[in-house]
Amino acid sequence: MASTPHVAVIGGGSTGVGIARDLAMRGLDVTLVEQGNLTHGTTGRMHGLLHSGGRYAVSDQASATECIEENRVLRDIASHCVEMTGGLFVKRPEDSEEYFEQKLRGCEECGIPAEVVSREEARAMEPHLAKDIDKAISVPDGAIDPFRLVVANAADAQEHGARIETHSKVTDLLVEGDEVVGLEVEHDSGPGERVHGVESGREEIRADYVVNATGAWAGRIGDMAGVDIEVRPSKGVMTIMNVRQVDTVINRCRPKGDADIIVPHETTAILGTTDEEVEDPEDYPEEQWEVDMMIDTLKELVPMLEDARTIRSFWGVRPLYEPPDVGSDDPTDITRDYFLLDHEERDDLHGMTSIVGGKFTTYRMMGEEISDHVCEQFGIDAECRTADEPLPGSEDFSVLRDYMDEFGLRSPIGRRSVERLGSRADEVLKTDGPNPTVCECEGVTRAEIQDAISQSGSDLNAVRIRTRASMGNCQGGICIHRMASELHGVGASDASGGSGDGTSAGGYDEAVVRRAWDELLQERWKGQRHALWGQQLSQAMLNYALHATTQNRDNDPAGGDAVDFSAFDTGTPSGTGAAATDVATDGGATDGD
Amino acid sequence: MAIESEVLVVGGGLAGLTSALAAAREGAEVRLVSYKQSTLRQASGLVDLLGYTPDGDGPLTDPYEAIPDLPTEHPYSTVGVDTVREAMDLFDDVTDYAGGHTDTNALVPTHGGTVKPTARYPRSAAAGLASDDRDLLLVGFDSMTDFDAPHAAAHLEAAGVPFDVRGETIRFPGDLRADAKVTRYAKLLDTNGGVAVRGRERPAREALAQRVNPLVDDEQRVGFPAVLGDDDHAGVRAALESKMGVDVFEVPMGPPSLPGLRLEDRLFAALDAAGASIETGNPVVDYDGGGRVERVYVEKNGAEIPMTADQYVLATGGLVGKGVESDREGVYEPIFDCHVPHSDDRYDWFDTDAFGDHPFAGFGLRTDDELRPLGTDEAVEFENLRAAGSVLGGYDFAAEKSGSGVSIATGYAAGTSAAAEVR
Repeated sequence: MASTPHVAVIGGGSTGVGIARDLAMRGLDVTLVEQGNLTHGTTGRMHGLLHSGGRYAVSDQASATECIEENRVLRDIASHCVEMTGGLFVKRPEDSEEYFEQKLRGCEECGIPAEVVSREEARAMEPHLAKDIDKAISVPDGAIDPFRLVVANAADAQEHGARIETHSKVTDLLVEGDEVVGLEVEHDSGPGERVHGVESGREEIRADYVVNATGAWAGRIGDMAGVDIEVRPSKGVMTIMNVRQVDTVINRCRPKGDADIIVPHETTAILGTTDEEVEDPEDYPEEQWEVDMMIDTLKELVPMLEDARTIRSFWGVRPLYEPPDVGSDDPTDITRDYFLLDHEERDDLHGMTSIVGGKFTTYRMMGEEISDHVCEQFGIDAECRTADEPLPGSEDFSVLRDYMDEFGLRSPIGRRSVERLGSRADEVLKTDGPNPTVCECEGVTRAEIQDAISQSGSDLNAVRIRTRASMGNCQGGICIHRMASELHGVGASDASGGSGDGTSAGGYDEAVVRRAWDELLQERWKGQRHALWGQQLSQAMLNYALHATTQNRDNDPAGGDAVDFSAFDTGTPSGTGAAATDVATDGGATDGD
Repeated sequence: MAIESEVLVVGGGLAGLTSALAAAREGAEVRLVSYKQSTLRQASGLVDLLGYTPDGDGPLTDPYEAIPDLPTEHPYSTVGVDTVREAMDLFDDVTDYAGGHTDTNALVPTHGGTVKPTARYPRSAAAGLASDDRDLLLVGFDSMTDFDAPHAAAHLEAAGVPFDVRGETIRFPGDLRADAKVTRYAKLLDTNGGVAVRGRERPAREALAQRVNPLVDDEQRVGFPAVLGDDDHAGVRAALESKMGVDVFEVPMGPPSLPGLRLEDRLFAALDAAGASIETGNPVVDYDGGGRVERVYVEKNGAEIPMTADQYVLATGGLVGKGVESDREGVYEPIFDCHVPHSDDRYDWFDTDAFGDHPFAGFGLRTDDELRPLGTDEAVEFENLRAAGSVLGGYDFAAEKSGSGVSIATGYAAGTSAAAEVR
């Protein structure tokens, strides 16, 4: 080849960043574009389960085998994103003994370490399990932070020369004759770090090859080139609890069903999920009964969920794909396998492949396969190294050091920061200035927020997914304005650009900060709406009061009509302080009363 | 044998304290019982009467002028504008707040950088008014994430304030840790304790003034986050003013709010002086009675202690203070199970916009003209029970900026009429 092939990857979810990292490591020139934040689509809307494969051990053994394989890989290369909680498939008396045996046998057949545990043993591991359960099968399920994982993949792709553009929506594919030669994107924010609405515009990105890794959105991209990709989006609800009622992943041991899993995740536990086909991946109903069913069904396994506090609910869409001749009616019947659709073979359209279906746990394997496929198009023989090289943050990270003393942090905060940052802890936490806590619920300090801003620009939602700030019990009620101030103040130690691109000498302009602030406030409200009863309703009222009453954010004069300041109370002589006792001021102050 | 009083007030927030005070000043024998810390520590310490109409008009210059046009279910409509004025007179009489010299609202800078219409403000906030056109310097502390002075200053500028405003960030003198509580700053300034500056021990007030002085240009007033002392906040401010040669003020902040706590202290002292009995730390959990409340039960160390009175005032707060509670099935008032109107569909309780028109913000009791809660059948639930403050429904204090005013006005009305019943 005369020059390095340039590949454009569409989609900034786990699959897209996995492909971008892989191709970049093999020396290809890669540009990834994502319409929102990294993880904006399906990846950011899942329960964070690192599958052992146990879940598919009866119904879909090929997927199960891939899961356990990749489960081991991710423990190696993404240690700071993974918590190996272990998992249980719990059988209640009304669940079938036959299925339990099938599950156990299936795990063995797929190479998944599985063991039967008695009721007593299961309840010793998880004291909040229902007293009347029968028994369980333990498997190596885990929890994984999809945000951290995707950011680490994107960062590593960048290290290997890739260009990653978020908030850049593909508006058209460039097709010349029977070949895709690139794409046209609309930047919400201008190239580089995101700056809201200051420098936006259209860009034509010419590419030698295009990979469509947009999951549930794949059909939209296909339409732009006149090819038909029949993805069947299927929605699922997840409900976040305010604490970890369980410390291992709890699955219901019965054939497919709604509301059958609880995943402990950081400081929370996530209840999941449902499976219901929808027309449009961006517009589908989010309903009360789905949340209620989640709680009412899962309390059969963990009774205390009945009265526990939920902090929000969210919905995600699976990018299910079924080869044209199968025709399932029920989305739970559709395979979780992934498919490469080479549009040259399939539709006589050169220069593009789509990847559809699949699971988060096997994202790296999908990336490997599609990267092999892309390399083949160019006759490149380069080995995949993504299964062996640790992601940024996971290198040589084996011991949690005592960061509390070293960085002057209180112990739980120091520990959590180091867990989140992994081997990047030194680089991020070492700061000359004080490092106070910005988000108290999740123990996120200023240094972490500033680090996230340096990666993601003025987008506070992107700061959130990198740090977990605003994701705890108060859902940002206490910390959103503090996060905004960090954006305004950025540059004290880490200047991110001069004025003219939305940053002022000290950081981002006030108007840019205000937009980011409003955007995060609204995003945090979106999921809380599905948790508004009991303590969370009380919290919501408090948050509303703090923002609307204490700060008057709902009638911010900076964003509204001009205020006639002169019509209001200017104070009284006795009300304007006592400075005049020492120094004359022109305020006419006298020592009144 | 039950503990007896003439008027028993349940709740120790602004409404409870005002109603106990009003009743005691009318000569009634009053007892106040409150459970946890009141929500005053979460409030800014500003006393808002009415900043915006329910339609969103505002900021209002004259709240009294707008009150007669409020909807009939609004608590201000229940008590009437004259009672609101009398209640504010009582408030002014027992506190040292400013703003009572005029019916006109003041605009006060908030820690988020907006301005807010309010009727009464602590003396400590007085020099900061946004309608005062003197140039202003805001000073923040680099480890206090709740108040970022340069950001607040830029925001105020964007709001079009009629003066120049700058923000500076300094390190608070001494060696406070990065996560020090606001009370730690206040205590240090209260006691004027020694802090180490460049190896030398200096009194905290002086060290702070010296650190800020070089940053002051032509500004005649300097604002700090609201941590300038607690017990001796006037002394702290006066000392800083004399050392700096400018007016010094506090910008109210979120919880824990020192101005809110100071107001609470002031009102408890006034109540004590008025001769009321005060008992804090234990919840009222139950009651006896049919058409009348006969007695209530206070839970104390596992026992239920009966307390009887002739008249009762319920001032337990709203959703935040837990005077109104909810579960997946509905919304309720936990002590007397008074009726709280709400939709059966939980998804009707809120608006999709974060600052939309939220029905939950108006959750609370409906009452007759005497503030006695009404049941589903429009009948008075108990002839000797009145409700005051955030436990009342029919208004959105957050959107209107009317929380303190409604608490004071309805507290005053409930306390006054309860006292009239026993005289």
